Amino acid sequence: MTMPSSYLPPGLPIPVPEPDGVSAPYWNGLREGVLRVQRCAHCQAWQFGPEWICHACLQFDPAWVEVEPSGLIFSWERIWHPAHPALKDHGAYLAVVVELPHAGRVRMVGNLLGDPLQQVRIGAEVQGVFEHHPEASQPYTLLQWRCR
Amino acid sequence: MAQRTLKGRVAIVGIGETHYYKHGQSPDAEFKLALQAVLRACADAGLDPRHIDGFASYGDDRSEATRLASALGLPRLRSATMQWGGGGGGCCAAVANGAAAIATGQADCVVVFRSLNQGQYGRFGQSAGSGTISGERAYLVPYGVISPPQRFAMRIQRYMHEHGIRQEALRAIALASYHHAQANPRAVMHGKPLDAEKYDASRWIAEPLHLFDCCMENDGAAAIVMVDAERAADFAHKPVYLLGAASGSSHRFATHAHNSPSYASANFETVAEDLYRMAGLGPADVGVVQSYENFTGGVVMALAEHRFFSPQEANDFLTLENLIAPSGRLPLNTSGGNLAECYMHGFELVLEAVRQVRGTSTAQAARSDVALVIGGPMGAPVSNLLLGSRDALGETPR
Repeated sequence: MTMPSSYLPPGLPIPVPEPDGVSAPYWNGLREGVLRVQRCAHCQAWQFGPEWICHACLQFDPAWVEVEPSGLIFSWERIWHPAHPALKDHGAYLAVVVELPHAGRVRMVGNLLGDPLQQVRIGAEVQGVFEHHPEASQPYTLLQWRCR
Repeated sequence: MAQRTLKGRVAIVGIGETHYYKHGQSPDAEFKLALQAVLRACADAGLDPRHIDGFASYGDDRSEATRLASALGLPRLRSATMQWGGGGGGCCAAVANGAAAIATGQADCVVVFRSLNQGQYGRFGQSAGSGTISGERAYLVPYGVISPPQRFAMRIQRYMHEHGIRQEALRAIALASYHHAQANPRAVMHGKPLDAEKYDASRWIAEPLHLFDCCMENDGAAAIVMVDAERAADFAHKPVYLLGAASGSSHRFATHAHNSPSYASANFETVAEDLYRMAGLGPADVGVVQSYENFTGGVVMALAEHRFFSPQEANDFLTLENLIAPSGRLPLNTSGGNLAECYMHGFELVLEAVRQVRGTSTAQAARSDVALVIGGPMGAPVSNLLLGSRDALGETPR
């Protein structure tokens, strides 16, 4: 699923991998419309955010696996006070932490699409929505969430 | 081998701070504020500043130890330590790092301080960043999760969900800070009382945080002077001893993109127990608490993790009556703290704990022989500190 427009107005910083590239498979995956997280091929532990080593068994270079972008709302906030000039007159918006039960309960932070004043329920099922920004100076994609 | 501890080894003999300003209103440069605070702490101790031979700070303080040593004409600088982590979670760890230098013979007289001039250098609560972003913030900032309240509100929301914490519990913490600030002429919010109606009517910053759940941003500086406990009686005031100190982080707490295994936590699960173990004390021994209010919800979690109440008891425990000096069950943030005295990145809380043990607070607690400071809940690393009188030490220093 793609979005015709972005949830937040333009002007916020563009996410890119660190100079060492540890998160590049994640950000590149989003651009392809695929959610990838780390899963150690040695011990099967899930891991996010990305790191060069598996926190569970200390094997280097955990594998990247594709996972279904769906999950449960783990927490949320409705943000009213803007902290960036791009958001100055935008009004309230919703951020959520989404837990992925099928991927070792790793969590993702994104926005909850739809009415920013909607009632939000912890535990609600949400589906990922890839928000592509091909026109940006450095094209990127965000992963947003919509209630199922 | 001697027991590995800071208990009873080091004493705080001087405290000093500048005038506390609203952010952007200091007429003085940040480094000048730092110098003022250092000199006032020395004057309070009755100490010639040339006897300082160490500095400790945190939060990436810009007033460098070497520049301070040069500016003050110190004969020599020995210890210069900076606690990792950009937040106020280092406010107690900096004291511990300076104390460790004294206890191990690496320095004799260490000043611990924090200086901030946000008018000169920009605010914590605003970002004008554009271009690209990577690392931990890349998972947050493009989604508008930028400033500290936005980064922490979801931990608090989850905690309130898991334990049924009501907004009134957060409100009581804000009311206590403002209540105490009305007695404190140093406080930026002195003369500006807060009541429940005003709190309830205040705008949301990021639900579940109202305006009054969030710390101020200020300009100023604060400092303490520490020496070997054996020398503590030589100074002007009643010495205040370190009973314990701890810092750190629980299992993978700082994992990126809000993946802390223990998410609804202030990150004191391990650090609180380390503190009590060093001090040989428990929560029942603590008479007064200064707990860093970046956000009131973090104070709720931090107090529970220091075992003053269980999360299930928070709604009943956290009432204004219980939190105010002199005789509430647990007088909290008796100077007004980050919410109402000054956001000196938590260092004003260390000074207030010293005043409580000395008996010179403007909101003196009935029991103040053991004072707890909690630094930077929900950050990583966090830190804490137990200070006490000679009697609380229960032994001859060292």
